[in-house]
Amino acid sequence: MSQAATPRTPIESGVPDPFLYMHPTLKRNYGNWDWHERLRPGVLRHVSRTGESIWTVRAGTQRQMDVFTIRLLCDIADEFADGHFRFTTRSNIEYMVADEAKIEPLIEKLQKEGFPVGGTGNSVSMISHTQGWLHCDIPGTDASGVVKSLMDKLHHEFTHEEMPNRVRITTSCCQVNCGGQGDIAINVQYTKPPKINHDLVANMCERPAVVARCPVAAIRPAMVNGKPSLEVDEKKCICCGACYPPCPPMQINGDDSTKLAVWVGGKHSNARSKPTFHKLVVANLPNNPPRWPEVEEVVMKILYTYKENARDWERMGEWIERIGWPRFFELTGLAFTKHHLDTWTGARHLMNHSTHIHF
Amino acid sequence: MLYDISRGLPIGLDETLKVGSCGSRADAPAARNEKGTGAMAGKGKSAKSGGGKVKKHPTPMLDELETGPWPSFITGLKRLRDAEDKQYAPMMNDLLGQLEHSYEEKLGFWKGGVVSVYGYGGGIIPRFSQVAEKFPESKEFHTLRVMPPAGNHYDTKVMRQLCDIWEEHGSGLIAFHGQTGNIMFQGATTENTQKAFDALNEIGFDLGGAGPCMRTGMSCVGAARCEMSNFDEQRALREIINEYLDEMHRPAMPYKFKFKFSGCPNDCVNAIMRADFAVIGTWRDDMKVNQDEVRKYVAKVGRKYAIDNVIANCPTRALSLNDDDTLEVDNESCVRCMHCLNVMPKALSPGDDKGVSILIGGKRALKVGDLMGTLIIPFMKLETDEDYEKLVEFAGEVMEFFADNALEHERIGETIDRIGLPAFLEAMEIDPDPNMVRHPRTSCYVRTDDFTEEAQKYFERKKAKQAAEAARGAAAQ
Repeated sequence: MSQAATPRTPIESGVPDPFLYMHPTLKRNYGNWDWHERLRPGVLRHVSRTGESIWTVRAGTQRQMDVFTIRLLCDIADEFADGHFRFTTRSNIEYMVADEAKIEPLIEKLQKEGFPVGGTGNSVSMISHTQGWLHCDIPGTDASGVVKSLMDKLHHEFTHEEMPNRVRITTSCCQVNCGGQGDIAINVQYTKPPKINHDLVANMCERPAVVARCPVAAIRPAMVNGKPSLEVDEKKCICCGACYPPCPPMQINGDDSTKLAVWVGGKHSNARSKPTFHKLVVANLPNNPPRWPEVEEVVMKILYTYKENARDWERMGEWIERIGWPRFFELTGLAFTKHHLDTWTGARHLMNHSTHIHF
Repeated sequence: MLYDISRGLPIGLDETLKVGSCGSRADAPAARNEKGTGAMAGKGKSAKSGGGKVKKHPTPMLDELETGPWPSFITGLKRLRDAEDKQYAPMMNDLLGQLEHSYEEKLGFWKGGVVSVYGYGGGIIPRFSQVAEKFPESKEFHTLRVMPPAGNHYDTKVMRQLCDIWEEHGSGLIAFHGQTGNIMFQGATTENTQKAFDALNEIGFDLGGAGPCMRTGMSCVGAARCEMSNFDEQRALREIINEYLDEMHRPAMPYKFKFKFSGCPNDCVNAIMRADFAVIGTWRDDMKVNQDEVRKYVAKVGRKYAIDNVIANCPTRALSLNDDDTLEVDNESCVRCMHCLNVMPKALSPGDDKGVSILIGGKRALKVGDLMGTLIIPFMKLETDEDYEKLVEFAGEVMEFFADNALEHERIGETIDRIGLPAFLEAMEIDPDPNMVRHPRTSCYVRTDDFTEEAQKYFERKKAKQAAEAARGAAAQ
């Protein structure tokens, strides 16, 4: 390659020092904050022990941003926020404002440019999402599109704090689940074993590594049409797609096999109850771009049932734990099936070993 | 055969992984498309109409994602496509063409391969198009994973520099941020990958992790703007990651290893479930109560609401509302869940004796099922330089254990699951602690002939700890 001719040795500088870029008020009060309040959705005020205040205005972005959008966000920072900003873990932009008088004009400007102000407190924040068809090598769907479609519908819930507690929604384009756990999670769930191109396996896959990758030992080496390949015991196969990244000829995704599942009750925080994983609610929803209306319908149904029925401060999973799963399925009008009974390691601990019953 | 375990692909096969190598994927959809009514049907191989001006791919499905109130990533991609004076405009036209093709066929058309920058083994996510004959300008569309400043703070000067660099060498498309926390500079050709990295590196940015290695870390906003912060999150992140950069830049571990740092048990960066090594701020002494503010809160929301939503939500029944609307806290029962502090941030605060808890082994499903981190260090003081050195050292020891003992493609949570927590603790020279378990074992299938000796050790440790505390108390006086 051409760059090999004049190699430049990298400077292994590691994680950049945030103090080079941090808003001066944050720098001045680092580690010395006292309390905060939310003045309206999208606006926080933090007060330090010295009495100094900083206001934060939070707005949604598309996460996948072109340089023109980023420069626009920079212009806004220069005009209203002393030339500084940060991003939250859910890709919201946060402008820190030292001058209270600039808050309203900043909000107006953001709204005018199409960036919704909100995502704080008991709202539905931006959906965390993965790469999808835009850039991933093993995607079943396009999370960016699913997220755009859902956030269009959730605009009101982002810009208002009307939920019982915060709602964190996640999406993932395959069962690797890079999107993580969520109050509601929308994840690809494959429904068919991989389709194997036996002509390519020997050249593209290290077969023992692929055999070892299978969580249920369903893959074994085989000779097919005189070529060394792999075969799948389809009765054992759980269609997880773990074999696909190390062996692309074992294609797991496809129009007939890529479906979406909706899960609920994941929670990262330790507040009140311990952290919990999300639980399956609906599977087999169609992968239906560009707007995934079937997914949207289920998500909205669950979200608004929660909004109507949960008590203040109950997260999705905590609400369901109180009312019980029978009532959850009844209220949402969704089906409870044999597929909701876990069969994986540890499943016995998930069954009800009591007479605690919700009638 | 050389083997690139980050991709699970034999090295040198990247050529075969390019255009149309994977017949079942690249050919079948193309065949379907010909008879379809898709926008590309019958348009020939390239979007260029006779070598002149670039013809824009029609994108009827993607266009539908430009409606609605939320900011549209498609509109952004089109801005890049339409910036005709920029080098990336043709690339972004073909990228949009390929993305539309994915929306029509419901399939992805990228394959990995091997691309790196001089001196590093990881940090680049190579992407070669499988439909490059249709979309040649975006046939190489690699991502540079770049570590952001800790806490994701930027000023507009550096942000404009990042944009300028990516405008010159890349696609103009940047994600803030990826799920592990990197800035994702998406869309460089193989040739420009090095140029983009050199330019980014010159202004103080460095590649993050990709493949079987220490990955990019993540910390919450923490001490920079949050009163719940219990340690210097950004310092802990930088000290650990920057100490072990070799483990990031030259992947040589059994699999990935992630660090995350949350300033309090609200765990805003999702460390317990998403990090192999989760560092979470906490405190040991009593929480601070401003009784005047408690009274004001009760007066504002009403006594019933305060009881139902603060007192009754305490998971360990550690709170009680006094008759005069002040708060009584049973601090020995409190588990620092954060609920009451979250609801009354002006009235309640963390205590003064701050530090961190460390949980090890969080990950998602592959391959034994989801694992949350297990509490390994209930409390570690994190104030002095020595405290931070100790944390960095411990992180190194855990990674070394992982490198030496994990099977290929096994995360440390799975290793601990396989060998049992006692074996891991013994290797790390950590004593068992009842905080590590939800409750003691319920299975009788264990050999206990050294139980008495182990109990003796427990009592000796307890005695030593009490003596140390007494000495510390005497010194303080």
